[in-house]
This record gives sequence, structure tokens and C-alpha cells, in this order.
Amino acid sequence: MELIEAIILAVLAASTPLLIAATGELVTERSGVLNLGVEGMMIVGAACGFAGAWLTGSILVGAFFGIVAGTLMSLVFALMALGLAVNQVATGLALTILGIGLSGLIGAGFVGERITPAVHLYIPGLTDIPLIGRVLFGEDGFVYFSVALIVGVWWFLYRTRAGLILRACGDNHVSAHALGYPVLRIRTFAVMFGGACAGLAGAYLPLAYTPFFIPGMTAGRGWIALALVVFASWRPGRLVIGAYLFGAVTILQLHAQGWGVGIPSQFMSALPYLATVIVLVLLSRARTGGSTAPAALGTVFVPDR
Amino acid sequence: MRKSLLALTAGLLLAGSVSAASAADKLKVGFIYLGPVGDLGWTYQHEQGRLALVKELGDKIETTTLENVPEGPDAERAIEQLVRAGNKLIFTTSFGYMDPTLKVAKKYPNVHFEHATGYKRDKNMSTYSAKWYQGRYIQGLIAAKMSKSGVLGYIGSFPIPEVVSGINATMLAAQTINPNIKVKIIWANTWFDPGKEADAAKALIDQGADVIMQHTDSPAAMQIASERGKLAFGQDSEMIKFGPKTQLTSILDTWGPYYIERVKAELAGTWKSEDTWGGLDSHMFAMAPYTNMPDDVKKMAEDAQAAITAGKLHPFKCPVIGQDGKEVECKGGANLADGQILGMNFYVKGIDDKLPGK
Repeated sequence: MELIEAIILAVLAASTPLLIAATGELVTERSGVLNLGVEGMMIVGAACGFAGAWLTGSILVGAFFGIVAGTLMSLVFALMALGLAVNQVATGLALTILGIGLSGLIGAGFVGERITPAVHLYIPGLTDIPLIGRVLFGEDGFVYFSVALIVGVWWFLYRTRAGLILRACGDNHVSAHALGYPVLRIRTFAVMFGGACAGLAGAYLPLAYTPFFIPGMTAGRGWIALALVVFASWRPGRLVIGAYLFGAVTILQLHAQGWGVGIPSQFMSALPYLATVIVLVLLSRARTGGSTAPAALGTVFVPDR
Repeated sequence: MRKSLLALTAGLLLAGSVSAASAADKLKVGFIYLGPVGDLGWTYQHEQGRLALVKELGDKIETTTLENVPEGPDAERAIEQLVRAGNKLIFTTSFGYMDPTLKVAKKYPNVHFEHATGYKRDKNMSTYSAKWYQGRYIQGLIAAKMSKSGVLGYIGSFPIPEVVSGINATMLAAQTINPNIKVKIIWANTWFDPGKEADAAKALIDQGADVIMQHTDSPAAMQIASERGKLAFGQDSEMIKFGPKTQLTSILDTWGPYYIERVKAELAGTWKSEDTWGGLDSHMFAMAPYTNMPDDVKKMAEDAQAAITAGKLHPFKCPVIGQDGKEVECKGGANLADGQILGMNFYVKGIDDKLPGK
């Protein structure tokens, strides 16, 4: 019983940064922009988030620093890929490399320092319920926020006019432009939202997950977030399932090893990526009406004047 | 599809920054690092060694470092880059650089190479490593004394001989205190991923382990153990800051003296290919102060350290019984031969787990 609760708690903690970063990237890609710089924006968010929390002693300020840092990084991307119409793939990769270097520089002074991690919710009575108490009422703020975020994004994309317009930009920017929508401005906002989410997801790592900063601590989570968006076939609902599934496999493979289950750990580590590949294959085989990738994803748009 | 391919390429592109200062006719010494120098573990300790070297011989040499160089074929390019930059002595500081180093060494016979923790050598390629299993043995004694649940948690990186011999030494020591001691082993399949190391520590503690040992590089596991009120051992460097009431001791890599010795030999023109495998007696590594334990346990640890240093105690004293219950052939007289330890690919009796790939 306690073990099950502990596993669920660990899964939620492992999934949260993936969910936040992937939510941001989903919105970016839905507007037709492919930003491969998630890892770079995340790691800068981690460095700045830690710096903010360490300097002020406040996790909230740290999270804010992370969001601002991620947004600034994404503006660099927007300037290049949208403003100057540079190839998005190359710009995104460059952003990651820039981010890794920059975070090392920003974080150099903070290596070896530690902070008090984000507090967990505690409601007397509710949090003490066995099995579900701590899972539902004992998480840190980031976990609750990530759930609110994805619900909000779903509502925005499918239930608001602005969301419809954003999706239109992603599917056919020429038509959206012809209808008089400011495609580049909309895409810039979408990229900034993606950057803010990536920055927050990065900040989650030193603020709540492992409360210290070490260069390279995102360890590829930004790439996983990118894969998750594809895994989810650009749909918020599937993204939630994907993120928690990914977290669950990560944690369960560790437990399976502890129990001595005879499946090679290397295979278990690779499982989530395998799942992504399989989903990709299934998606390309079975085009059952609904849209998969936004039609204009990754294509450069220069409005004719 | 295209995306994941690109992700891969990007990962390979991340080989880090070059830092160098130019000066005429000084000996150029290069270092290849696996992680960032700020990892507080493996790479950090090599950087400390380099700094000690610069402090000692800074007026005669010039050092260059390459950080974040991935293991495998990509490392070859990085090593060659150092050669082309004029480095005459190059230290490649991780096991996975073994074949790339050898390849480059064959190509440039006039450049000297030093590869850490490997076993392949050439006329111009030395290897150097430390007998960390001696330290692991001491940790095993302490762990068995301090564990209340009788279950130790061990976070491994990759199932290579160095890590396997560490697990075996730990268990052989622990069994002398508590014959029924259990160990739970989780392979992280990475040297450095703080999040994953923390997750592994959580899983081990949730499954009943109360002393955590790690063979990965970040202080994440130490911090989780500290959070949960358990005990843990540091790795590579002093990690007591991350668990003031948690760290029992830590194996500290001290590369400085070796780097100074080898560079001095290079300067004097007496460098030759060697295989250095130093133990507690040679200062290749040291034990951090024994903390958070009663005095009798501390004394036991110190006595064991003294006995190992003096050569009176060998962790792999024959007979060593393998997992299958059969005695391991004793090729080194009274103890297992060095080669058997360097190539260790079996678990000793008392480990319930199955060694990956066996």
C-alpha cells in the first residue's frame, strides 16, 4: 500500500517537468512552428530558476525567473526563425547548444549551493488518507499547476476563437494570412508561451526535484518533451497520457530492477522511446480522418506585402 | 521522425567548449572530460587534479580541456582536435574513451596518451586507475554495521568490471558483519542524470533499503537519503554538504599527484607507457572523514583502512565464492589476481540479483 503510494508520487514528480515543457511545445507546434530548442530553454530556466530562488530564498521568485529566462530564450528563436525566416530546425538546434553553454555560465557561481525545495501541500485529514491522500492533496505547487496548464491549453485550443485562429496558422498560414490574421505575431506569442513553459519546466528540476544546480541537469528531458508532442499526435489529452506513461515507465523500470525482475534494464530504459517510434508508425499507417501534424509545421512563412 | 533523428545529431554536437591560452614552447597538456567540470563528482575531481598540476608546473606547461565529450566514436574527433592543437600529452578521463584513444594513439605515435580506467595500452598510451574496490570494502563494513533493515541500496551506472568489483567488495565486507545482508541493485544506465539518480534512490528506499551507495556522479542520491532520514555514501568527491547528517564517508578521487608525476616525466623526457593501478597506499584516492556513525564503527573503518593500506587485508582474499556457489579460480596466490578484478564479470554469493548480460 505504502509502496504503491510512493511509486505514484515518484511518477507524478518525474512526469511533471515533461508535461509542462511538452504543453508549451504543443502550443508552439500547433501554430506551425517547430522549436527544437526545448532542451536549451529548459536548462537556462533551470539555471536562472535556481539563481532566483537562491538569491531571494523564494521558490516562487525562482519559478518566475525560470519563466522569464525561457521566454527570453524563445524570443531569440522568434527573432531568427520568424523575423528573419531562418530555417527553424537549425535555429532550434542552435538554441539548445546556446542554452547549454549559457546555463553553465549563469550557474557556475551556484554549483554546490543548495536551497530548501518547494513545499508540499498539507491539509490535515485529507493528506493523511491512505494511498490517495498524498497523491491528491500532498503535491508541490508545480504538479497542480501542470494539470491546470494542460486543461487550460485544451480549453484554449478547442473552445476559444483565439485557439481556432492559432490552429489555423499552423495548418495553413497562407489562408490565415489572406483572412487578415497576423500570422507572425500569433506565432511569436505561441513561441513565447512555449519558451515560458520550457523555462518553468527547467526551473522545476532545481526547485522541487533535486534542489541543487548542476550544469546539464536536464539530461535530455527537453528532447523527451519534443518526442511526447509527436507521441500525443499534437493533442492535449493524449499528451497527459503520454507524459504520465513516460514517467511511469521510467520509475517502474527502476523498481523492477530493485525487485530483481529479469528484464534487461537497458531495454526498460529504451522502452518510452520505442513507444514513441511505434506511435509514429501507427499514425502514418492509419490516417483516420483526424489531423495528425499541423500541416504547416516547420515551414517558413514570409508575408507578401 | 525527422525530429528524433535531429535530436540525436544535436546530442552528438554538444561536445563542449575549448579553453586555452597560448604561449610559446611550453609543453601542451590536454584533458578530455566526460561531464561539465561543475558536476561535483567525477569530472570535478579530474579538474581539481588539473588545477593542482597547473599550480605545481604552471610556468612550464599549458593545459587545454574539452568538457562534455560523449563516450564512443565521437570522442575520437575531440581527441584528434587536441592533437592538432599541439598537445603532446593527453589525458582521456573516462572508460568509454578507451577505443577512441587507442585509435588516435596509433595514428600519432609521437604524442603520448593517458587513459583513465581502461585496460588497452600501446607504446604511447598508458592507463591509470585506482583500486576503488578497497574503499568499497570499507564502505561495506560500515554499511552492514549501520543498516537496521539489513538491506543495502546500490545505484550502479553501467555493469562494467569497475562497478561490479565495487558491488562485490561491498558485499564481501558486509557479509563478514552480517551474513544475511541483502543488496538491491538498480542500474541507472547513465553516469550523470541527477533526476534519474534521485528516482533510483527513492525506489531503493521505498523498497526497504536504509543505506544508499552509488556509483553514479551527482549528489542527488545523497540528498534523497538525507530527505528521507537514511544514510548514504558519497562518490568521487566530498558530498557532505548535501547530507550533513547522512554521509558516512566518500571515496575521494585525488588525481593531482599522478598528473604532476606524469607531466614531470614528460618534461624530463622519461615518459613511457605504463599501467598504473594505485590503491590506498599510493594516494590515488582517499576516504572522506568517517561521519554520522558511532565510535566503534568509526574505529573499525579506520582499522580496516590501515590494514588495507599496509597490505594486510585484501578485499578479494581467496576463497571467493561466486553466485553459483562455486569457488572462483584463484589466480593471484592468496588473493584474486589483479586481472581477475579488472575484468570482473560475476557476482559473489549472497547477491540475489542477476548481472545484466549474464
